[in-house]
Amino acid sequence: MLPCGTFNETYAQDMAIVRTRLQWGLFIAVMVGVLTLPLYASGYIVSTTIATGVTLIAVLGLAIVTGYCGQFSLGQAGFIGVGAYTSAILMTRYNMPFLLAVPAAGFVSALVGLIFAVPSLRIKGFYLVMVTIGAHFIIIWTIVHLPKLTGGADGMVAPWASIGGFTFDSDIKYYYFVIPVVILMTFLAKNIGRTRAGRAFVAIRDNDLAAEVMGINLFSYKMLAFAMSAFYAGIAGALWGPFLGRISPEHFSNLVSVPLGAVWLLGMVIIGGTGSILGAVLGTLFLRVLQEIVSAMTPIVATQFPALERFAPATFGGILFGLAVIVFLIAEPRGLSHRWEIFKASYRLWPFSR
Amino acid sequence: MTTFLQLILSGIMVGAIYSLVAIGVVLIFKSTGIFNIAQGAILMLGAYILFAFLVQLAWPLWIALIITFLLAIAAGYLIERFALRPLIGQSFLAAFMVTLAMIGLLEGLVTLVWGTFGRRYPEFIPTDPIRLGPLVLSQEYTWSFFIAAGLIVAFYFFFKYHRLGLAMRAVAEDHQAAQSTGISIKTAFSLSWVIGAVIATAGGILLATSAGVTISLGTVGLKALPVVLLGGLESIPGAIVGGLIIGIVEKVAGGYLDPMVGGGVEEVVPFVLMVIILLVKPYGLFGQVRIERI
Repeated sequence: MLPCGTFNETYAQDMAIVRTRLQWGLFIAVMVGVLTLPLYASGYIVSTTIATGVTLIAVLGLAIVTGYCGQFSLGQAGFIGVGAYTSAILMTRYNMPFLLAVPAAGFVSALVGLIFAVPSLRIKGFYLVMVTIGAHFIIIWTIVHLPKLTGGADGMVAPWASIGGFTFDSDIKYYYFVIPVVILMTFLAKNIGRTRAGRAFVAIRDNDLAAEVMGINLFSYKMLAFAMSAFYAGIAGALWGPFLGRISPEHFSNLVSVPLGAVWLLGMVIIGGTGSILGAVLGTLFLRVLQEIVSAMTPIVATQFPALERFAPATFGGILFGLAVIVFLIAEPRGLSHRWEIFKASYRLWPFSR
Repeated sequence: MTTFLQLILSGIMVGAIYSLVAIGVVLIFKSTGIFNIAQGAILMLGAYILFAFLVQLAWPLWIALIITFLLAIAAGYLIERFALRPLIGQSFLAAFMVTLAMIGLLEGLVTLVWGTFGRRYPEFIPTDPIRLGPLVLSQEYTWSFFIAAGLIVAFYFFFKYHRLGLAMRAVAEDHQAAQSTGISIKTAFSLSWVIGAVIATAGGILLATSAGVTISLGTVGLKALPVVLLGGLESIPGAIVGGLIIGIVEKVAGGYLDPMVGGGVEEVVPFVLMVIILLVKPYGLFGQVRIERI
């Protein structure tokens, strides 16, 4: 539903993402706010924002394959791992420049995604969820068992990103590399939903047989969706590596204690609301804030209960994540973006809405 | 040859426990349509509860067992009543996500109460191995196998002859038809979660007697999931056969491939096997093949 007084007079108007003056104002304000953040925010905020941005890229990938195309994936953490390791290996062992290593990581990850997408033609629902969990196990196992290439369980160094002679060797410098990429990837994901492929994904999600009858090639579009999602994961991994400094298989496990675990990522998509990019952003922000609350609480709890010190993050992360997701889904199973749509509609229809 | 037979034998022993856990998942899926990925976490919780009563409170084994199973019944009922019943009619993704969140919640609670250190039960099953000619069988596994097999048989008769078992099968077949014959769907839903939790607890205790009471029991429980898909989501015989297949393949592959790749094959083989079988038979070995209509 369009805001009152907004009309489509040209096709360009109809297609625009940002259309009203209020939206333009908000858009510019958010952009300026995000890009000038390191000038006044603390180092903690900056590094958290980088982590959130990287998470958002991975979640956007999941939003494409799960939200648009309706294929559930719990393997995203594995694909992030593939991306992180690919870029780290290319940079340290083959001296590839960072700007090439990032897209290369995306494409390698997409290739691995394609392999595990093959079963998706014939199987769906929970069977597919399990195949993607299997994919995750197989990827992590392979990483651990190729010690010559990946350093095995000890992990390997992921060097700082550098372009030309300029090295992004602090969080603030790296921030200005990551955030434009995040904005670009969000913009791409938003637009993928409006292309031929995106419409085909939605048709497959709503009814795959009907989509096939209409002439959509199920196999190629499902493969495409998985490849895109794994590509996003690969980019996220390539950006995550330099931020961590050192990567090891533990960083890409599915445990609740790992911030990029596929459980969190799927939770972000579902809490945000499937099928919308706004939902992916909202879900990511919501659960990231929860993760930060958990890690802020950990030292407090550890001083109160010294016995819990060693495993406090896992414990409270797990309990809070579990409770938040369960309560949230019972209250609003269709996600934050649905809530937002309801709010917008009732605002525009006032006084006729309730 | 002896090695091979030995590996097959231990595969069968482990496989029986996988089957037992898988039956719980199949049961819940059949009657409620929810894929309970938290079965492994419930299994772990059950093992820890027995640990609390048996070791920490030092109660006799039979009282501890009875209380553990009563608590498992309560846990199953509470999970269904408060976390999953509100989601009836919502997309299956929401319900799946709730069971996924349940893993985090239960693992968190267990670490909060018991910490992350591995514990052991006092040996209530004798440890000296049984010898069958050249083959060696650990008594713990043998006991687990027979208890698991006994429980499987008991459930078979429950579903075949008991009134409630029949009602649950009817609900699994068709919710509306079952309701119109006077079966309470809600009772059936609760009951299937209760039985699922009881089965998981039994599996957890059996696994913990040999593997120790640790958080990683949840991961072992996760291995029951390939079993479920291998056998087919709707099929209890499939869960039994699938469990045995996964158990045997895991042990045999682990025995022969571990020296070549440096260990850890057992953890990944069930998933590889599952992916391959699903490529060939998308609904598992005995799953219900759906004929889809637009």
